Amino acid sequence: MNVDFSRWLDIPVTDKKIGLDNYDSIHLFSWDNIYINVTIFNSWIVMALIVLISWLITRHLTCGKEVSKAQTLIETMVLWLQKEANETSGSKTNQYLGMAMGLFCFILVSNLLTFIPWFRPPTASLSTTMALAGVVFLAIPYFSIKNAGIKGYLKKFIDPIPLMLPMNIFSEFFSIFAMGLRLFGNMLSGVMFASILSAFVPIVAPLTMQTLGLLTGSIQAYIFALLAVVYSSAVKEEIEPENLT
Amino acid sequence: MDSYAIIGAVSILGACLCMGIGSIGSALGEGHAAATALQAMAQQPDEASRIRSTMFVSLAMIETTALYALLIAFLALYANPFWNYAISQ
Repeated sequence: MNVDFSRWLDIPVTDKKIGLDNYDSIHLFSWDNIYINVTIFNSWIVMALIVLISWLITRHLTCGKEVSKAQTLIETMVLWLQKEANETSGSKTNQYLGMAMGLFCFILVSNLLTFIPWFRPPTASLSTTMALAGVVFLAIPYFSIKNAGIKGYLKKFIDPIPLMLPMNIFSEFFSIFAMGLRLFGNMLSGVMFASILSAFVPIVAPLTMQTLGLLTGSIQAYIFALLAVVYSSAVKEEIEPENLT
Repeated sequence: MDSYAIIGAVSILGACLCMGIGSIGSALGEGHAAATALQAMAQQPDEASRIRSTMFVSLAMIETTALYALLIAFLALYANPFWNYAISQ
């Protein structure tokens, strides 16, 4: 097993080979044919951070008047996302909350960690974002079949007329593809812009772009979670006409 | 002019044009969407939170076209297959 941490904190601009696959081409650990690159290692850091923070906060949960600040933070986040997910999907059973919260927490933490200089967020790699989009791709048939049955799910593809079948299948794949690409493009442009700027003006100027990146990253996390809920709740149980009023 | 110079110059020119032209439509669309959402929020402040969440989702949808242009520009600049082929010759 080889361990090579010398390139973990490289600035992407200073080495000659700057490119789309740069994040994935730096190997930290290597066995015979198994390579652990920077993206995977950094997403491990993000996961460990989420687990650690959640464990620390939910260790001493209380109810009543004496509530710790951290617990208030977590409760606010969960209640807010619960309200958003239920309003967007129109369901009252919190069934989308787990998926939305998981996606939101992972993307939010990894995007906010860009304020550590030279930390490469795992979401700035196409492999991570496409894996996250793959989760949504599997969640769509799961929730659709659970809510409307397999007949209702297949009916979506010939809606409104059977002639639209290829278009519907195409749009199913392409909306997922666009979802992964959107997160990747936003994060990569932020990282690249900050690092190119830091090559010219290393002192103050990158700070403003990093601050803007925090805002963009939070909004992207929110959008990704919300779009996952929107796509999964597209097929709903049909309401009987007499129950409409 | 040899093939290196032609491929390099056309790649950079193509990337700049791609970003410049590709972001116009997205920027106009996002501005229109945000302006309409602000108008709706001013008329119905009670529905502001729902309008805001819908606006964010639609802004993300509109932004996708500009991000495709960005991806093409990055491909032309950093992962250009023709440039790599010319280098390997």
